[in-house]
Amino acid sequence: MKKIWAWGALVFGLLYFTLPLIGMTNFSLKMRRGEYSFDAYQKVFADPRFQETFTYSVMQALFTIVFGVLLVVPTAYWVRLKLPRLRPVVEFITLLPLVIPAIVIVFGYIRLYNTSSWLPLTGSLTGTNILLMFGYATLALPYMYRAVDTGLRTIDVATLTEAAQSLGAGWATILAKIILPNVLVAVLSGAFLTFAIVIGEFTMAALLNRPAFGPYMQLLGANRAYEPAALAVIAFGITWGCLGLIQLVSRFQKSAPPKA
Amino acid sequence: MSSAKPDASPPARRLPLHWLGILPFAAFVTLFLLLPTMKIVVGAFQTPEGGFTLANIRGLFTPSILAAYWISIKISIASALLGCLIGFAMASAIVFGGLPKGIRGPLLTFSGVASNFAGVPLAFAFLATLGPVGIVTVFLRSNFGFDLRMLGFNLLSFWGLTITYLFFQIPLMILIITPALDGLKREWREAAEILGATGLQYWRMVAFPILLPSLLGTLALLFANAFGAVATAIALTGSSLSIVPILLFAQIRGDVLGNPHLGYALAFGMIVVTGIANAIYIWLRSRSERWLK
Repeated sequence: MKKIWAWGALVFGLLYFTLPLIGMTNFSLKMRRGEYSFDAYQKVFADPRFQETFTYSVMQALFTIVFGVLLVVPTAYWVRLKLPRLRPVVEFITLLPLVIPAIVIVFGYIRLYNTSSWLPLTGSLTGTNILLMFGYATLALPYMYRAVDTGLRTIDVATLTEAAQSLGAGWATILAKIILPNVLVAVLSGAFLTFAIVIGEFTMAALLNRPAFGPYMQLLGANRAYEPAALAVIAFGITWGCLGLIQLVSRFQKSAPPKA
Repeated sequence: MSSAKPDASPPARRLPLHWLGILPFAAFVTLFLLLPTMKIVVGAFQTPEGGFTLANIRGLFTPSILAAYWISIKISIASALLGCLIGFAMASAIVFGGLPKGIRGPLLTFSGVASNFAGVPLAFAFLATLGPVGIVTVFLRSNFGFDLRMLGFNLLSFWGLTITYLFFQIPLMILIITPALDGLKREWREAAEILGATGLQYWRMVAFPILLPSLLGTLALLFANAFGAVATAIALTGSSLSIVPILLFAQIRGDVLGNPHLGYALAFGMIVVTGIANAIYIWLRSRSERWLK
């Protein structure tokens, strides 16, 4: 009896989850009338706008990851080492982007950093790109911070720091040569998640008028029939790939105990 | 040099320097998280000239905006409730249902992927499935003569959006509730059985009360999750369904409400709704941690 219920729930769920995936894959292959083909994918990959927007989003994602690592790793390290009392506060702040919808945050950016403000970031292309990167870093902050903080928990930060200091290392050396290598796996999993978020992000890029992959997908979806399904398959593949890589690196960590 | 023992207090005059370490972080979150949000909150109570007013908030209580909030809240509640229900059923199936052990790992991994598969591509996937020429629609029509459209189903509607949102709501529920279900100790069940409780009694009087804070908390989180979702809705409906995020998007793009400060109020309302939902989640989660370690 119990088993029947369990199987029923599972089968229902699996059906619900597989049908849309089958639907989009099936649809993406049906561009040529009456037979399956990769025409839609060819069209998408050949579209210069696809290449442009995809490259743009990849670049933004890479910059966001570098910026996020430089911001989060020293902060999480410092809070653990010197300001443990502040931990709940910092943790709360890093969770705020999950509470405040992205559309509200970017609305604030537009009003705060417009051309007539004290920091006119939206006035130039470079400025807007930087602002968008900061926005992405904000969206990724909850994931990045938690990943790094969990990574730091597994090592003895205080002892490592003291040992390095007594050997004459400065703060930069400690962070780059001691802390970062020890939390590299955590940083990587945060980085892959950041990558997946930035590649698919729509709202911020659309409202800041930047040619990112998300708005391009939306635009194509409004005008075409088969290409959007192909794009959805590609996007799902990217998400799947990123999360698969997270699994891979965290398994890698389990097999190699931290060298403390 | 500096002592790392947590109980050793450093000399008082060096204390101020410690704060410098998180200065970059503080500057970043102030400039790109806190100030923008404050700007919206303050702007909701300002006239275009900068004076204080409640007119913007009052402006929210016009029929069209209220209707947008109402349908947003309804979609969020429906997708959160159904997500909780189905997610709970699936999670308890893999934890207690006696299913093969090999299912659990892949299902949790898939949940991790699916809960991140929101946004524009998700809308495309559902259009290709339940849209006018979607795989399920065509299958039902050609094999059973069953026309979803004739039955009044439309993907660009309340139920359409709810069904689509479930694609990321159910996995999120599975991810959050599985550890809670794992936390139910076998001893509790054995103790209940020794005292003569039936399976139903155990669930009603032991397991369910323990799980209740987790369940309600996750419900609140799923609600907030659906309420803030913009991209899926825009890609799916264009702007035909007037829910709050779409209205706000259109307002930011081109001042459709005719009053820039009404946009602030609209965004402020969103923060209030998701803020309340998340506060409930955090509060209930801290309560559930008493039992589920």
